[in-house]
Amino acid sequence: MNYGIIGYILGRVISIVAAAMLLPWVVGLIYNEKASLIFLVCALFFGAVSAIFFRKKPKNTSFYAREGFVVVALSWIVMSVIGAIPFVASGAIPNVVDALFEIVSGFTTTGSSILRDVESLPHCILFWRSFSHWIGGMGILVFILAILPMAGGQNIYLMRAESTGPSVGKLVPKIQKTAILLYAIYTALTLTHLVLLLIGRVPVFDAFCLSFGTAGTGGFGVLNDSFASYSAFAQIVTAIFMLLFGVNFNFYFFLISRKFKNAFAMDDVRCYFIIYIIASAIITLNLILNGSFGGLREVLFQTSSIMTSTGFASADFNLWPSLSRALMIMLMFTGACAGSTGGGMKVSRFIIYFKTVAKEARQLAHPRSVKVLKMDGKPIEHDVVRVVNVYLCSFIMVFAASFIIVLLDNFDLTTSFTAVAATLNNIGPGLNMVGPTGNFADFSVLSKLVFIFDMLAGRLEIFPMLLLLAPNTWKKHG
Amino acid sequence: MNIIIVGGGKVGMTLAAQLSSEDHEITLIDTDSKHVESAVAALDIQGIVGNGTSYHTQLDAGVKDADLLIAVTDTDETSLLSCLIAKKAGDCHTIARVRDPEHYNEIEFIKEELGLSMAINPEIAAAGNIYRLIQVPSALDVDNFAKGRVNLLRLEIPEGSVLDGLKLNEVEKKIKVELLVCIVESGDDIIIPNGETKLKAGDKISVILPINELRPVLNKIGIKAKPIKDVMIAGGGNISYYLARMLIQSGINVKILELNRARCEELSLLLPEAIIIQGDASDQELLKEEGLTNTDALVSLTSIDEENILLSLYAHKISSAKCITKISKIDFEEVVRELPIGAVICPKRITSQFISSYVRSMQNSMGSNVETLYRMMDDRVEALEFKVSNNAKGHYLNVPLMELNLKPNILICSIIRGKKITTPRGRDCIKNGDTVIVVTTVTGLDDLSDIFA
Repeated sequence: MNYGIIGYILGRVISIVAAAMLLPWVVGLIYNEKASLIFLVCALFFGAVSAIFFRKKPKNTSFYAREGFVVVALSWIVMSVIGAIPFVASGAIPNVVDALFEIVSGFTTTGSSILRDVESLPHCILFWRSFSHWIGGMGILVFILAILPMAGGQNIYLMRAESTGPSVGKLVPKIQKTAILLYAIYTALTLTHLVLLLIGRVPVFDAFCLSFGTAGTGGFGVLNDSFASYSAFAQIVTAIFMLLFGVNFNFYFFLISRKFKNAFAMDDVRCYFIIYIIASAIITLNLILNGSFGGLREVLFQTSSIMTSTGFASADFNLWPSLSRALMIMLMFTGACAGSTGGGMKVSRFIIYFKTVAKEARQLAHPRSVKVLKMDGKPIEHDVVRVVNVYLCSFIMVFAASFIIVLLDNFDLTTSFTAVAATLNNIGPGLNMVGPTGNFADFSVLSKLVFIFDMLAGRLEIFPMLLLLAPNTWKKHG
Repeated sequence: MNIIIVGGGKVGMTLAAQLSSEDHEITLIDTDSKHVESAVAALDIQGIVGNGTSYHTQLDAGVKDADLLIAVTDTDETSLLSCLIAKKAGDCHTIARVRDPEHYNEIEFIKEELGLSMAINPEIAAAGNIYRLIQVPSALDVDNFAKGRVNLLRLEIPEGSVLDGLKLNEVEKKIKVELLVCIVESGDDIIIPNGETKLKAGDKISVILPINELRPVLNKIGIKAKPIKDVMIAGGGNISYYLARMLIQSGINVKILELNRARCEELSLLLPEAIIIQGDASDQELLKEEGLTNTDALVSLTSIDEENILLSLYAHKISSAKCITKISKIDFEEVVRELPIGAVICPKRITSQFISSYVRSMQNSMGSNVETLYRMMDDRVEALEFKVSNNAKGHYLNVPLMELNLKPNILICSIIRGKKITTPRGRDCIKNGDTVIVVTTVTGLDDLSDIFA
């Protein structure tokens, strides 16, 4: 383990977070809020810290998969701790664990909240909450890769550990250009959404926060009823953009570089839309038959929000019939496309699971048959299949362990189950007590810590967090 | 530049590492996903698993936007086909490694028909390198350009040399050798000389000279160089054959030790002038018997690296022969270099150096009509390669050079016609299809017509 390089990269992360804190400070200045000073103080302090302690690049810059995982996991923990300070210091969220929960929920683009009354918070705090979605959506290390030239190809390990999906590749040969491209697409989509919201007469402050929340597929709102009181236009636009941010960013890259054939050959993007349409159709039918249909817009917005793991709500789907609610829970697990800002287990992994099962079934019938699994028209490496399967096992284990611990709080099964599902999949709201109108405030400290772990594990796709817990990781020569 | 490399073996990897560190965008194609995986993990490049000869794989690798495709696969056919497809699909420059002597003998035709920019045979390149090491005293610098075909030797005129105080147009009469002086460094000045330029002791001159004529010239101008008469080569592979051929052409006695009887007979047919010894090159008695103690140079070229190292160590111990050792595996290089085994030659490294120097010269020339551009002497001198196309028109074509007026500080140092390289004289002329190499201190030349006044 190369501690020098880990420290160096952590220093960079701290300085980026410090720089990001200047934005809420500016927002606070505009609204003339005292709390904004805290952001300035934090930004200056951590800027100085990173400048003093992490200035020197270590001599040994060798860097492998293990360091990549550890750096990413540590970075997310460090930025969460720093990000939580303004919440505590401003008195908005006095409890440390609550503040940590809130900011982790922000960075991991979960959108679960412990706040009962969002509207009473100062603008700068609300802005920071939403802006954390935007930072966490594409990832802070990808951002560092985009702006800082870091020698060596091993940086791919950083990108792999932070980006979503079973096999992370580069769009173009240079990692820095890839990172810049990703952020360019991300920023362009965010701005388009922002402009459309402004055209739809959403108040400027709300428009900024909502577009950040949508881009990162986060889900923090600025109103207590999340999205219900915005205009139909704003809801439709946001439903569409949530879906767009759940699409694999490679798709956009192919479109930009005019490789339309490659773009439309992407299995996970196609499946993603198919699942979305089928799920929406079933829910619509279910609601109509049940007599609780409140319009197509309501269904499309909710499915889009849950499937992409955003978590905005324009209606209380907690009141929907069982079939629809069950479908929503399933959509939480399927999640969005790999390589998007969305959470969940990712559509592409499910494609691999289905193909593996089909292959095994065939193998039973014809024990000597040989079949290579394909995705996007290319064979899937055996290693990828193996890691995807192991991911499923670890996911279930983490889920089960979290579920058991959370049950100690003695809430009902649905609440506990969906609370874990909503955090581990980075969704935001669950059902019953943690439904769209509820929040996570009533859970015990232990449960909140478990949720914090789950949110980080979900965002970083389990392995970095697990590796952090393994004693073997920390041996110098291990 | 956007560069696609087909084949992720040692050479492919070395090239990818070198070129990506020079800020080129590299995409590596290999059929073996393990190779691609490890390359992408270690280097800042993109990897694609697939067959480099497939049009679709090449499209995936972005051949449409590529500037260059380098094919260094296991087989010549694969490499050549990859290049052909890239040429047709992406209209980019192409470089192929061609190993098979049968293909390489016809390389001019293949290059022309497939539109290759460059073909490299690692064995010949290695042999050429060894040959240069044997022939050129270590104190001299050799620059080579035009894909290694033209050698520029840089030497200092010693005190009391016949050249001291001589004007350039008198040199030839005096030493009776055709010698083209391209660059004269006098103190801090660098000049491209003309006939009136006066040489003096202490000047450094760069001359175009075939290497086999080097030693007599050195002796004439007063640089002492110990003549090399006998060379012993251990191992009878392809490099040995190419090297022996070069050495024999310049009148050096060659002795080759080879274990395999059939190969010995083959070599003896190919190289009637060489002495072919059938025997184990690691047999100490045999080495002594064949005169290792008295030979001028020993080249260890067996297929086993360890044997080559031991052989050279032994030669170093019992004789004063100049040793040259071939190493195939690049690993542990820093350890190997510390051993007293003389110069170390690594064919794969030479191949990748050749290609990357070509890539550099290609990049220098981008956006102009210059084929390649080499920079020398701290970038103060440029050697430019112009290709005169078959339908080019110009007042300078088919006119003897002495009737043309060159701008100052420009010199035509070589004309390459097919396989033949000539150092031009006043009566020679430039024809369609020629490649012309110009040495100059003037920068920004864009077209061959720019060099004429």
